[in-house]
Amino acid sequence: MIQKHRQRWVISVSFAAALLLTLLPLPDALAAARPAWIAMTLIYWCLALPGRVGVGGAWTAGLLLDAAHGALLGQHALSFALIAYVATRLHLGIRLLPLLQQALAVGVLILFFEQLPGFWIKGMLQQAPWSLSYWLATPASMLVWPVVYFTLRHARRRYRLA
Amino acid sequence: MRQRFEGQMKPLFQRGPSITLRLLILMLLAVAMMATDHRSARLEPLRAGLMLLISPLHYIVNLPFAAGMRLRDAFVSRTSFDRLREERLALMARVQRYEALEVENQRLRELLQSSVRVGGRTSVAEIIAVDLDPFKRQIVLNKGMRDGVRIGQPLLDAHGILGQVIHVAPYTSSALLITDPSHALPVQVLRNGLRTLAFGGGASHRLDLPYLANNADIQPGDLLVSSGLDGRFPADYPVGRVANVTLDPNEPFAKVSAEPSAALERNREVLLLWPEQPGAAADMSAPRSP
Repeated sequence: MIQKHRQRWVISVSFAAALLLTLLPLPDALAAARPAWIAMTLIYWCLALPGRVGVGGAWTAGLLLDAAHGALLGQHALSFALIAYVATRLHLGIRLLPLLQQALAVGVLILFFEQLPGFWIKGMLQQAPWSLSYWLATPASMLVWPVVYFTLRHARRRYRLA
Repeated sequence: MRQRFEGQMKPLFQRGPSITLRLLILMLLAVAMMATDHRSARLEPLRAGLMLLISPLHYIVNLPFAAGMRLRDAFVSRTSFDRLREERLALMARVQRYEALEVENQRLRELLQSSVRVGGRTSVAEIIAVDLDPFKRQIVLNKGMRDGVRIGQPLLDAHGILGQVIHVAPYTSSALLITDPSHALPVQVLRNGLRTLAFGGGASHRLDLPYLANNADIQPGDLLVSSGLDGRFPADYPVGRVANVTLDPNEPFAKVSAEPSAALERNREVLLLWPEQPGAAADMSAPRSP
């Protein structure tokens, strides 16, 4: 019971930290290359504790991000539910990969389930970001994935979450 | 025994719907919400609730910047203080004349039987977040429903029109800047009264005026003011200055772009305006005599 509580607490704090990093103002030149912090946090927990953050939790986190971004409500909810589903389904495979290949897998997840749907949805609203810098978020996320991975693994071991 | 196993092992048969079914339901729900959010304002209360949940994070992120501003204010130098006092005196002198002019203008308008223009109440709000999405032009303000902010409210700064409020939460609100690609604003050239629409240029921090004919009387340096025809923005506030006009005889319309008057990217404080109900609305609703 205590274990369950602690899990919930640590996971919530990690998501709040990811949201904080998402809201942090960046200079104009770097703003487009902001890594997908929340998606990465979500992927980590789906790999480390599959089933703990389900599609429902991911969906809720996405809805919060939509409100924070001023985006259409449901856009990130949709992507995050998909990411959680795929990451949970494939967690055994992805977990065993070396870190660099894992970063590649994370990049693929973010590109195909967050950036591409975002591009389509904005395109349908006639607001497609025609600048190539829109796609910078994927390589940026791949670059910082090791940092996210080690930080969250440290937290998971420190608080002895199974 | 059973208790201990439940914590460690995944149950063999999961209760509730399967993960795939849950995913499908949530995806359908998300798509339905997007459609609803796009077409109507029915989800605004939900958005307000979510923004309320996020607002503490906005305040935390803003804390170092706010502290920096406080510190800078505390060390305002003597000379800049003196300069501000002089500036205030000069402005006060100008306002005195302006008040007399306004009264005179109202009297003349009454004589001409045209609608009386009145000012509105303003309130200062602080910007607490800027780049929500780098491909949109939106800002978050530290005032919300509790301060009487409402959707569609115009936003100004010391130099001109900045944008309008699009979402309101209890303690915060978000606003769309006039340079957002989805924003259009009815404007008028101050020099000759030519009416047109100014669209946001997005990444370029500029305004585009796409609906001006090749022979329209417009030239670089012309001041654009709001025309007030939208019934949302008050009339006669500066919007921007025409930066360049490109005429191509092969195109039906001229390519005109303008530099916004408001310091869109350099503000920390903005003015929220509550325009008073213009007399024009009452005139229009009154029965017309044959």
